[in-house]
Amino acid sequence: MSEIGLQLTATHPPNVDVLVVGGGNAALCAAITAREAGASVMLLEHAPREFRGGNSRHTRNLRAMHDRPEGVLVDSYGEDEYWDDLLRVTGGETNEELARMTIRASAGLPSWMSAHGVHFQPSLTGTLSLGRTNAFFLGGGKALVNAYYRTAERLGVRILYDSEVTELRMEEDAVRAVTVVSRGFPLTILPRSVVVASGGFQANIGWLEEYWGEAAKNFIIRGTPFAQGTVLRNLLGQGVQRVGDPVQCHAVAIDARAPKFDGGIVTRLDCVPFSIVVDRDGNRFYDEGEDFWPKRYAIWGRLVALRPDQIAYAVVDAKAAKLFMPSVFPAIAAETIPELARKLGLDPARLDATVMRYNAAVHPGHFDSTKLDDCRTEGLDPPKTHWAQRIDTPPFIGYPLRPGITFTYLGVRVNARAEVLMEDGRPAANLWASGEIMAGNILGRGYLAGFGMTIGTVFGRVAGAEAARRARN
Amino acid sequence: MPESDVLIEARREMEICNACRYCEGFCAVFPAMARERAFSGADLTYLANLCHNCQGCYYACQYAPPHPFGVNVPRTFALLREESYRRYSWPQPLARAFESNGFVVASTTAVSLAGVLLAVVALTERGTLARGHAGPGAFYEIVPWAAMTGVALVTMLFSILALAMGAAMFWREAGSAVAPRSRAIVRGLRDALTLRNLGGGGHGCNDSDEAFSQRRRYLHHAMAYGFLACFASTTTAAFYAYFLGRPAPYALFSLPVVLGAIGGAGLLAGTSGLIWLKIVSNRASAAERLFGGDFALLGLLWLAAASGLLLLGLRTTDAMGTLLAIHLGLILSLFLLLPYSKFVHGVYRSLALIRDAADRHAADPTV
Ligand SMILES: Cc1cc2nc3c(=O)[nH]c(=O)nc-3n(C[C@H](O)[C@H](O)[C@H](O)COP(=O)(O)OP(=O)(O)OC[C@H]3O[C@@H](n4cnc5c(N)ncnc54)[C@H](O)[C@@H]3O)c2cc1C
Ligand code: SF4
Ligand code: SF4
Repeated sequence: MSEIGLQLTATHPPNVDVLVVGGGNAALCAAITAREAGASVMLLEHAPREFRGGNSRHTRNLRAMHDRPEGVLVDSYGEDEYWDDLLRVTGGETNEELARMTIRASAGLPSWMSAHGVHFQPSLTGTLSLGRTNAFFLGGGKALVNAYYRTAERLGVRILYDSEVTELRMEEDAVRAVTVVSRGFPLTILPRSVVVASGGFQANIGWLEEYWGEAAKNFIIRGTPFAQGTVLRNLLGQGVQRVGDPVQCHAVAIDARAPKFDGGIVTRLDCVPFSIVVDRDGNRFYDEGEDFWPKRYAIWGRLVALRPDQIAYAVVDAKAAKLFMPSVFPAIAAETIPELARKLGLDPARLDATVMRYNAAVHPGHFDSTKLDDCRTEGLDPPKTHWAQRIDTPPFIGYPLRPGITFTYLGVRVNARAEVLMEDGRPAANLWASGEIMAGNILGRGYLAGFGMTIGTVFGRVAGAEAARRARN
Repeated sequence: MPESDVLIEARREMEICNACRYCEGFCAVFPAMARERAFSGADLTYLANLCHNCQGCYYACQYAPPHPFGVNVPRTFALLREESYRRYSWPQPLARAFESNGFVVASTTAVSLAGVLLAVVALTERGTLARGHAGPGAFYEIVPWAAMTGVALVTMLFSILALAMGAAMFWREAGSAVAPRSRAIVRGLRDALTLRNLGGGGHGCNDSDEAFSQRRRYLHHAMAYGFLACFASTTTAAFYAYFLGRPAPYALFSLPVVLGAIGGAGLLAGTSGLIWLKIVSNRASAAERLFGGDFALLGLLWLAAASGLLLLGLRTTDAMGTLLAIHLGLILSLFLLLPYSKFVHGVYRSLALIRDAADRHAADPTV
């Protein structure tokens, strides 16, 4: 389709069967499915082409149930184990009907994805523990997004970049018109069906401040700056039922030097279990060795968010330096602890005292990074219960940490057909949702690696099929 | 030695990649990178020469420009490879051939063409070029046997010496720490001959845009194996002439002619395709500064193949004399330019693949 063909004007409002709002995984799965069902489809992506794909382009895998080895997935991962994992991380704050439906549908995802251009690879080095449960995308999420855009283009989905949906005008529980700013020009679209897949609101710092106050200013957003939540807020203001706790979000501790937006995976730091972590005042505040990092990284974002100035510092010595993946930002190194404190901007005497107190409390044991070992502290508060080794071998290394927000959980309520529910519990007439904007239905809190993409793909396909069916009736 | 800007940029990008590793499935570069934590200049030279420039990791990169991280591995590695071609040139003063390599290749070709034509005119009887020649030894009526073999032998041996010196210097700096075992050598060469790493992890590469295909790989095969077949043709012809006493030209179904015809066709198809791909492909991940040299070598190979095939087709006509001189002029410049053109990438790529095989084995003896 030529670029000129995409120049729509306000004087010629285009009518489409299915309008998809958003340009990430959830939106693309919906658009492709709807188009394959015979509907005319238009997809509106707020980002310019170069930054299309929202948070989805930062991902690397998706969690899929399988009863026997399948493609890159080894062994088996059955419905009940999947459900147990979900129950554990959410502490029960989930919806069993929607969750089980998602889990069952996840079994068919890899083959559907392959058929639509996505390639897989064996699990990445350092993530072997996920090889059984998660299928990794060859080249990561951007390669996946590229493949879906190609497929959508080939099928004839009309794609508009630089096009922000500002309002879904609802009357009598139905979307009547959609207001867009497309490449700087206003545009109104009158679609038969609408699928919203516009992500969370984590990039809207002002909105985060409503719940987190000033602290939100110090948050770093790991993914797209386009997750402004405009559509979400607009819908919640028109009688759509909300789901999820607005304070809840997936937040991990990342390198404080990360860019404000879109730093993605490389800003992560996994040195915490082998370090001590101190706050702005040089004090420890939590057990760094409580459990393996993959099981703990998601609580550290919140922990740091609750410290003064939302900053913390991980300190290791030369012994520990090789135990974790290199960070993308250079290690801050010094020959003595006070010198390191100065480089980090901490009070040298305070940090020195904290390290000395910690070193004195370390109880000798057999260090083993691959298991919950017996290296711990004694008589220290808070304790460090595993991997506690004295910090005594220069050079000493420090990394600054800040909360990195992955996505927010507040969303719109849906049913198993992906229909958006109104406050009275009835489904809206022509509105479906998929992806982060509805993930809170299933993830009340906590997170299961690879589940975000699973939810978006499953609900995207359901929403696309239902929206097309309604539009063509 | 101070590090170049390109080297510093390559290190910056590899440090980002090493914290990301999403591209691990595409090629040998990322697993090789993941075996390191810090990147010396030699490591980066090795990684750059291991890269097959398939573009896969550019299209897949969430940090590609205009992201502020600006990761563009194919382009940066192409520029770094070109620096290594200069660094390992022998003799060193000729490293300058890689600055504006397109001009060097084109002018060397022009000079050698003109040289051969002038020499034929000057050294043979009047009208030799303008008529056909037939029967055994016909070629030598145009270019005397001693001159042809003498010049070919001297230039070829010099080029082989220069390539070998470059290879030795490359290996000393950027080769594997321990001497590779024969298995690693076999594996490395197999990877080079199959272009396994141009498979993009199985489905092909981003030859010209976001779509995956194996076009580039197959075109390169056509070109490389075409080149080898032509080389084999020349070698068998030399063997026939020296040892069997059967001077060229040979019958249509003789080994040298069949090999030459097949090789020439492969070269022609491969280079045409690769030139076309280079023209239509997205430039965002390409090092356009180096296009001159790339196009020049492809063009020279194309001309050499085309003139050879034309000679075969028209060897019974009056055009034969001129065509033979032109063909030999082109072959001469090709021989001369082997160590001072994009051709050298084959040598360093093969060595890098051997180091990769050796390092993989050292890291995990079961592979
Ligand atoms: C660094 C990182 C790594 C991650 N890794 C994984 C992983 O490996 N596996 C996994 O399952 N999950 C992962 N996640 C979570 C995952 O990214 C999300 O769960 C998933 O991508 C959500 O898809 P989505 O389509 O709902 O949202 P997005 O992909 O964020 O798409 C939202 C889209 O909507 C567009 N948009 C927003 N507002 C508007 C508007 N008003 N008008 C028009 N368009 C609009 C945005 O531009 C964007 O294109 C990761 C997240 C991050 C940040
Ligand atoms: S090229 Fe980009 S996506 Fe690939 S490994 Fe490097 S940083 Fe990651
Ligand atoms: S071979 Fe391809 S994927 Fe590998 S580094 Fe080079 S361009 Fe990137």
